[in-house]
Formats: sequence, structure tokens, C-alpha cells
Amino acid sequence: MKLGRKIALSGLAVALAAGAAARLKDQPATTPVTINELSAIALARTTPDASSQGSALPLIVSDSGPEEALTRILAEIEGNRLSNALQLTENLLRQHPNYRLAHLIKGDLLLARKQAINTFGALTDAPADKVADLRAEAIARLAAYREKPPADFVPRYLLQMQPDQRFAIVVDTKRSRLYLYENDLKNGGQPRFVADYYVTQGKLGAEKLVEGDKKTPVGVYHVTANLPRQKLADLYGSGAFPLNYPNEWDKRQGRGGSGIWLHGTPSDTFARPPRASDGCVVLTNQDLDVVAKNLQVGLTPVIISNSVEWLSLDDWARERSELNKSIDAWRTDWESRDTERYLTHYSKRFKAGEHDFAEFSAQKKQVNAGKEWIKLKIDNVSVFRNPGKDEVVVVTFDQDYRSNNLNNQMKKRQYWLREGNQWKIIYEGSA
Amino acid sequence: MTSISLLQPRFQKLKTLRAMAIGLAIGFAIPALADNLPEVQRLIKQGQYPQALEKIDAYLSSRPKDAQGRFLKGLIYTEMNKPADAIAVFTKLSEDYPELPEPYNNLAVLYAQQKQYDKARTALEMAIRTHPSYAIAYENLGDVYAKLASQAYDKALQLDNANSTTQNKLALIRDLITTSSKGNVKPQPAPVAAIAPVAAVAAKPAVAAAPSATIVTSTPGAASASPASKPTAVATAPAPAAAVATPTPAAAPTAAGSDDVVKAMNAWADAWSRKDMRAYLGAYANDFDTPKGMSRKAWEQEREQRIAGKGGNISVSFDTPQVTINGDKATAKFRQHYKATGLSSSTTKTLIFVRAGSKWLIKEENAR
Repeated sequence: MKLGRKIALSGLAVALAAGAAARLKDQPATTPVTINELSAIALARTTPDASSQGSALPLIVSDSGPEEALTRILAEIEGNRLSNALQLTENLLRQHPNYRLAHLIKGDLLLARKQAINTFGALTDAPADKVADLRAEAIARLAAYREKPPADFVPRYLLQMQPDQRFAIVVDTKRSRLYLYENDLKNGGQPRFVADYYVTQGKLGAEKLVEGDKKTPVGVYHVTANLPRQKLADLYGSGAFPLNYPNEWDKRQGRGGSGIWLHGTPSDTFARPPRASDGCVVLTNQDLDVVAKNLQVGLTPVIISNSVEWLSLDDWARERSELNKSIDAWRTDWESRDTERYLTHYSKRFKAGEHDFAEFSAQKKQVNAGKEWIKLKIDNVSVFRNPGKDEVVVVTFDQDYRSNNLNNQMKKRQYWLREGNQWKIIYEGSA
Repeated sequence: MTSISLLQPRFQKLKTLRAMAIGLAIGFAIPALADNLPEVQRLIKQGQYPQALEKIDAYLSSRPKDAQGRFLKGLIYTEMNKPADAIAVFTKLSEDYPELPEPYNNLAVLYAQQKQYDKARTALEMAIRTHPSYAIAYENLGDVYAKLASQAYDKALQLDNANSTTQNKLALIRDLITTSSKGNVKPQPAPVAAIAPVAAVAAKPAVAAAPSATIVTSTPGAASASPASKPTAVATAPAPAAAVATPTPAAAPTAAGSDDVVKAMNAWADAWSRKDMRAYLGAYANDFDTPKGMSRKAWEQEREQRIAGKGGNISVSFDTPQVTINGDKATAKFRQHYKATGLSSSTTKTLIFVRAGSKWLIKEENAR
């Protein structure tokens, strides 16, 4: 009997682990590296000297979430220390009384005292979809706990934050994870990993296209408002931060829908399944409260990706300087009043508002003809790579334009597209 | 010290009770004072709870601490569907007699009825802690675990509890004094008396403490399927104290073939209580495994010193043993109650007997 239980329950742990492995295998090998490969790399690197752990960029790991407890519970189950596992689960439930996943594990552990069980969610006639949701959450959380982003790799998207952007958010929808990065100004604006959190995405996944498709958009956004709890329905939990979906690029791609928010969790549950929202990115209330402290309305970038690409700091620095060079070349060529040279920075597919490239270049030629001098200063530049297979970066800055007959200050946003080996502007407008 | 002096009269009462139960089982005339309890039990059986409550209150008015009486009162409240009152009675009882598993078990039953499964679990775990081989408590605990699991699943999967119609009731224990025969066997025929109110109240195995009691409490399986005794901790019998013989009530026989073993146990406990060293030491086989490998002589001296050499009364009794006979070897597992000046203890004990002619002699003595 005892043996039977042990086997059955380690079956539970194995089922979870196998699910996690299968899931990782499912992931296509995206361009640079996937995170689990990265962990392996990091591990291989750090094995010889553990001292690198305490190097310049220490990992600050968020262990406020239940991932550590879940990991320990599973380890106890695998070690056939079911009483310990139950005790840890009950501790977890004391901390989060509405934690459904913990209730399910508790149910399994208690049922195992009465009879042999052989699956996760061993209740007879358990609703399969709900068990599957909780299993998916367990797998996502355990995998995330096992595979933290290594300290010397950064998300490819965070090429440059403007100085007053203190934090940036990167969401990986495949991993159900939100990563919080700090703009480490002392280190030349390197993104510094702060913490990561479990998130829920749209019921039907990512890459939102149209209103009502129950998908989470992929792209570079920022929070546009801070809606306090008092003004919200219970569904949104402890707060909500609307995003600027659809952005200029989305509109240009014909993407529709609206009301994509970052928000909390309703009061009847601690967490929601990995895929459950209508497209919003959902955090647990306690996580949202922590993240909210770091959010600046109108400033904090929120970059949502299918599967985050990671760059070594060297590669990251190279991409960043390449783009900065392109941006500076565009600026100086504008100052030179050589319109032909200036226009080489624009894609033939350029479009801004109603104007296509031909109209835009005709207008520029006409305007530049009346200029005796142009002085162009750009400040507070941010450069974020747009997730996806198209090589697009979003550049935002304060533009100070001075000339003999016109001065103008504005906040401008440009989308640059890589064509061949050159970055070209495909959209620009005020931000 | 005060607590000990308080304990003594309590113990006396328990014994009185047992004596009454003997009278009941054998059908002797019942002393006027004591006839209240069987009368109460009869009233319970007939479903006349208000009358039973009246009687038991009268009974308890002169013996407010009496465990058996309070236990019955708890049962009456339970039957009258007054769970709060019943819980109060059993809670107090478990506080006053923490060594008794039955009040914990019944508390658990009441909590479970109110779907307070966490409390039920705690109570049952206490019952098992006080009495590690208590089948009914184990079975109940299994059911409580299943209930807790079901509750957890409801919360995990937001079920509307539709599947809880298969609620199986936990077993209420209707007898106070634990018999170890309930221990390792499933409550089949006989112990069912403890579950089903139909079973004859007058012949309760648990209160039957005389060899002549008619009810056999162990199941057929008990004789063959008893777990191996653990030869680890060798008995150092509850030591100090000395004499004044109080004949102890003996336990009921457990199975047909084991009468002689129980008889030997009675003689042994009796001799111990009477401080009759010759009879006491005579209960042990010549090749008795002395504790810690000490010499037979040293052991005998030690026993002499600890039994005959102490002042005050010694009383040794035991609950109905679970006896397994295998050829010329017999194993008796039981709960031993030892009482002497300044010390009282209840321990689970295993005696291994060897047959010597027509007698059974103790070969090993293990306490846990």
C-alpha cells in the first residue's frame, strides 16, 4: 500500500515535470536563444567559480510568490515525504487562502492518505478543463522558478531606456511570465533584472488582431493611466493600468480592439490560469501591488512578446550602438539640408498619416528649400525593439528643431525597419 | 503532587464502573446506587433521551467527575441532536482524561457532522496519539481525510459540492473504555457494536472487564493476522511504589483458544498488584529475556525492590488484550494501566508467552 502510494504520487511529480519538459521542447528555437538553453549556458559558465554570483549585476530574485513553496512541495512528494508536503501546502494556503492550485495539491495529498492516487487532480469526475488549467499554472510556475534569466543576458527589446524611465516591463506569453527590469543608469543604462512574476494572458493566446479575439497583443506599449481599485469592478483586483494598444504600428498593420490592461485578480481567487483573460495581462494582486510602485504613467514601457529573446550584454551593446549611429546620422543629415541624403533614412514604404513616401519627400524638399540653417537636438531617446520576426525598433525622443524661420519642440516617435543592412524609418509622428 | 492526589479518586471511580459493568454482564443484582448507568443505557437504547438525560444528570450530581457518566451524557446530547452541548461535554472530558481516545473520536464525529473537518482531523489525530492502534479512529480519520480532500477539490476546481451526497457518516463510539482488540483489526462483527446502536447495550465488550463476560470483542482475523511484536524496547515495567493489594479487574478473553493466555495474564497482573513476588516471578519463563541483557538474578532483585520494596498500593490492570497464538507461542498486546503512589501510567505492552505444560509463561515483555 505504502509503496503503491509512493509510486502513484511521484507519478504526480513526474507528470508535472514531464509536462514542463514537453512544453519546453515545444518551443521553437527562436532567433537568439531560449531561456532554458540560457540557463544551461549560465550554469556551465558559473560552475567553475561560484564567485560570479556576487559580481557586478547580482540577481535579485523575487521569492514573494508561491514558486519556491510549490517547488519544495513537489520535492517532498518526490521524496515520498507526504506529511511534509501536506504541511507545506497548508502553510501556503495560510498565506494565500484562495490559492486553487494549492487546494488541488492539498486534495491530492489528503486523498492519498485514504486511497492510492495516480494523477494530478485525482478527484473522480474532476472537471478536466479546470484541472488542466491548474496543471498548466503549476508547470509555468515551476519552470520559471527553475529557469531564471541569467544576470549577464538581457531581453533584446530593452535597447535603450530614456533616463527618466526607471523601470521597464517585459512579458513572455509562452512562459506566462512578467519580468521587471530597472534602468541601471550607473551602468550606462543597462537593464538590470529586478524580479519576475507569473501572469495570465488571453484565453486564445497572443498576437491580437481584432476586437474580441481574446488574444493578448504583442508589441511595444506603455501604461497610459493608473485606475485605482475603488473605480474598478472586482474582476480587475487591486488595480489596473491601461496600455496604449493599438499603437501606431498596430493601426498601420490593421490590428483592432482596445482595452488591453495590466491588472490584478478578482477576490475569489489568488491566481488565474495561464490563459484566461480577454487579452489583458493579469497579475496576482500582491504582485500587481509591487509592480505598480514602479510604474510611471505615460512612461514605463510594457513590451509583450511571444517568447522573449535574450542577448548577451556584448550583443546588446552592439545593437544599441548601431541604432544610435543610425539615429544620429539621420539627425545630422537633416541638419545638412541635403534632402536627398536625409531621405535615404526613410523607407520607400514610409507612411505617416495620409502621406506616403512620395508626398512626404516632395513636402520635405519644398520645406528644406526655404531653410538657411537647421539645428536639431534630440534628447531622452528610448530605443525598444519590437518583438516578432520583422526587425522593427521603436524610437522615441524629445525633438528640438530650430531654423531660420521656424522653431518647434515636440515628442516624436519613429518606427525603424531593417531593410538589407540598413535601418530605415517606416513611420514617424508625434508621440 | 496535588494533581496526583486528584487522580486517585478518579481512578477508583473508573474501577467502580468496571465492577458495575461486570455485574451487568453477568447479570448479578445491581447495587442500588449503581443501577443508574445501565438504566441510562437502556433508556438510550429505547430512544428515551430526555429521561436518560434526567437520570444521567442525577447520577452525575453526586459524581461530577465521573468519566463514564459524562461520556453517556455526551452520547445523549448527540442523539438528541444537540451537537453544541455534546461537543462541550466531550471537549471537557478529553481535557480531564486526555488519555482516553473515545471522547476525541466522538468529538471528531460531531465536528464532521458540522463539516468542520479540520477540527475533526485534529481530534482524531489526538485519539490516535493517545491510542496508536485504534481502528475506528483510523477509519474515521481516513474518511475525514477524504472529506478534507473533497473540500480542497471544491475550492481548487470551484465545484458546487454536488458530489458530497455520498457523505458517509463517521462511526460514533458508544463505549468509553478502550479495548485493544479494536486496535489493529477492522471493526467487523463485534466492534460494530460500537458503531451500530442496535447492538446490545447491556453486553458492551468495552466495559466488560471480567473473564466471564460473554461478548467476544476480537474478530476472527485477530488471532492470525496480528502484527509482529517489536522486540526492540525491553520492558522496564513502571517501577516504584509498594503494597496494599487491590485486586484488579481482569480483562475479557479475546478468542476461544486464548482463554488460558488471558488467565495467565490475570494471574500475573494480580500477583503484581498483590506484591506477591513468588507468584509474580513465577509468571516468567526460566529463559525470560531480561531487559538490557541483565542477569536473571539481577533482574529478579530489581523487580523485588520495585514491587515488594515500595510502600503504598500498586494496582495493575489491562484492557482486553489482543492475543495471537502460534503453536507454543502466544503474543498478547494490550494497554496496561499501572497505578501506584505518586505514579500512574498507561502503556501499550506486548507479552510473548511460551507454553510450558498446561501453563503459559512470559518469555518477553515489551513496552512502548
